[in-house]
Amino acid sequence: MHFSQQLRIAAFSTAVIAFVAGSDGALAQKTYDTGATDTEIKIGNIMPYSGPASAYGVIGKTEEAYFRKINAEGGINGRKINFISYDDGYSPPKAVEQARKLVESDEVLLVFNPLGTPSNSAIQKYMNARKVPQLFVATGAAKWNDPKEFPWTMGWQPSYQSEARIYAKFLLKEKPDARIAILYQNDDFGKDYLKGLKEGLGAKAASMLIAEESYETTEPTIDNHVFKLKATGADVFLNIATPKFAAQAIKKAGEIEWKPLHIVTNVSISVGSVMKPAGFENAQGVLSANYGKDGADSQWDDDPGMKKFYAFLDKYFPDANRLDTNVVYGYGVSQTMVKVLEMCGDNLTRENVMKQAASLKDFTPDTLLPGVKINTSATDFAPIDQLRMQRFKGEKWEFFGDIISGDLSN
Amino acid sequence: MSAIQEVANPVVEAVPKRAMTLGYGTSLVMLALLIVVPLFVKNFIIFQLTMLLIYALAVLALNILTGGSGQFSLGQSAFYAVGAYTSAILIEHAGVNYALTLPVAGAICFGFGFLFGQPALRLSGVYLALATFALATAMPQLLKLGYFEYWTGGVQGLVVTKPDAPFGLKMSQDMWLYYFTLAVTVAIYIFSVNLLKSRSGRAFMAIRDNEIAASAMGIDVALYKTLAFGVSAGITGVAGGLGAIAVQFVAPDSYTITLAISLFLGMVVGGVGWLPGSIVGSAFIIFVPNIAEGISKGLSGAVFGVLLFLVIFLVPHGARQVAMLAEHLLGKLRKN
Repeated sequence: MHFSQQLRIAAFSTAVIAFVAGSDGALAQKTYDTGATDTEIKIGNIMPYSGPASAYGVIGKTEEAYFRKINAEGGINGRKINFISYDDGYSPPKAVEQARKLVESDEVLLVFNPLGTPSNSAIQKYMNARKVPQLFVATGAAKWNDPKEFPWTMGWQPSYQSEARIYAKFLLKEKPDARIAILYQNDDFGKDYLKGLKEGLGAKAASMLIAEESYETTEPTIDNHVFKLKATGADVFLNIATPKFAAQAIKKAGEIEWKPLHIVTNVSISVGSVMKPAGFENAQGVLSANYGKDGADSQWDDDPGMKKFYAFLDKYFPDANRLDTNVVYGYGVSQTMVKVLEMCGDNLTRENVMKQAASLKDFTPDTLLPGVKINTSATDFAPIDQLRMQRFKGEKWEFFGDIISGDLSN
Repeated sequence: MSAIQEVANPVVEAVPKRAMTLGYGTSLVMLALLIVVPLFVKNFIIFQLTMLLIYALAVLALNILTGGSGQFSLGQSAFYAVGAYTSAILIEHAGVNYALTLPVAGAICFGFGFLFGQPALRLSGVYLALATFALATAMPQLLKLGYFEYWTGGVQGLVVTKPDAPFGLKMSQDMWLYYFTLAVTVAIYIFSVNLLKSRSGRAFMAIRDNEIAASAMGIDVALYKTLAFGVSAGITGVAGGLGAIAVQFVAPDSYTITLAISLFLGMVVGGVGWLPGSIVGSAFIIFVPNIAEGISKGLSGAVFGVLLFLVIFLVPHGARQVAMLAEHLLGKLRKN
């Protein structure tokens, strides 16, 4: 063998070895964006700890406790979560300031579960321009499912619109000749429901909807609206109200002996803060839909998922009020976040976080109803869009029927 | 009426007009600082500084009204909201250049404030404060009204596009907006100082010190009181417009009574009637809540309250008192 030939072979094999070694290295190499290192993942969050919506602040506290639990158990793939949560007092300009602080000063990998439609609307453009994930936002508006325009924003809970479509489907099937009277809160919350219901009823909306009444949150009582709706002779009453007003309406309808098929929204299903004040005798037979388990409901006492949830509360968040649906919510959404980060493995780039968040398949946090699954895809940024109908009986809710999807298609 | 005036008038103490501003030297040093600092800090800090200037403008406007003409207002958030929405709607629906929307916002708010000043004439002191309070609580709901929804975006609000630096300047959007805001702020500050030194300013102060004596001297009390409202509302409107551009978003929830109270607080902390104090007051309302949150998340409101109490207790005349003390000490040092 000639020397030059030998040299060529040597050079070639070196190149091959180098290439293989190199590509091997690339495969095992950890890739990070700002906010992630070998030891830490920085997650930002914005909550209304003060101000008019401060009741929701407990969600942030639950999340903090859940990440503390994850860290105590060794973190995610060996990395500890550094959870930085700021107060925006439910004020959009403050939310912008806090989001910028998280992204530019604290340099977080992503902003997780910021709360409130106005606050999220305010930061959405900024987050998408900076290409930082605005993940699992805590609002029921339908607009977060828009991967084309806003590929860095994703919701979590079922939107008000898909919930309303579920009621529409139910009514079309069970009571096709219904005469529906609607009471709604005059804001984005109420209007989203109204829109979803009309979409769900489709062509029949015009003939089925016979009365719409709106109220302002500043009204001390909504009794007169209930009177008006009764006078229309409707046989279905859709009560799109926040807890205080929903309870008033249930109570008033009972007092004036108006007994239509009564539907309240998922926002106002709390036994403690709606059904009880309204009077159990007035609330019998009221319908609604739900996707999560209720901490106040004894039927989940032996549920393995809820047992895990209670064990978590005992150890990491003993002050929590177990009956508060916000605590259940915070737990479920944190589990989803952890799942996504686990799926990211060692590739902790912002792009991969969004990619993994959009590839959840049949994921079920402990606190979701059996059968309700989280599914996302590159074109579906609405993690939860299934609910199950429930009827109030005695002193608690009873589920009936199948899990229904809020998609327009089926 | 006289009983009310006796109670209401001494609340705003007389500040001689020379004591309302800073000397030239100090002013220039301040300006130089405001120009240089952004060159060395992150974009996020520049954004905060921009907000500092914007709120300083709004506090300054309130200072002209309260410190200058002795009228109270808890309704500044309403004027701020009108300014913000005017800018946002003009930029997004009419495609008007952002810089041109500010004079429009100012003019509309001037008119709005001037008109509101008419019925407010009959009220003074705490009663006026309540009337303006009503304005502030009504505004977010008015903005949500269905009739205007096409323009205002209803509860969803409007997203505003942030302007790029013009003339191909190699400058980040934040930095450009900061210098733009600084230029507007300086211009309005100079205007305000001169206004208070002018005939109108003297009329404001005469009314503040004693309405009856002022009218005896031939001052048209009604005109100057409404004028003060108009000017104050106009400047607040410009601040609101700038705020909309900086935050890139307007929504009814941004302009609640909390904002009005914050501005009032900023004025008191900065020193009622001392215009340069506006920036100190603005810094207080922006940064102190963050500090309070850093101390305790659950009790941030309480911590903020304690800090506010300390300031009011230790320096009841706000930043003006601190500045005067500093001046006094400096004077002593020079003599020695």
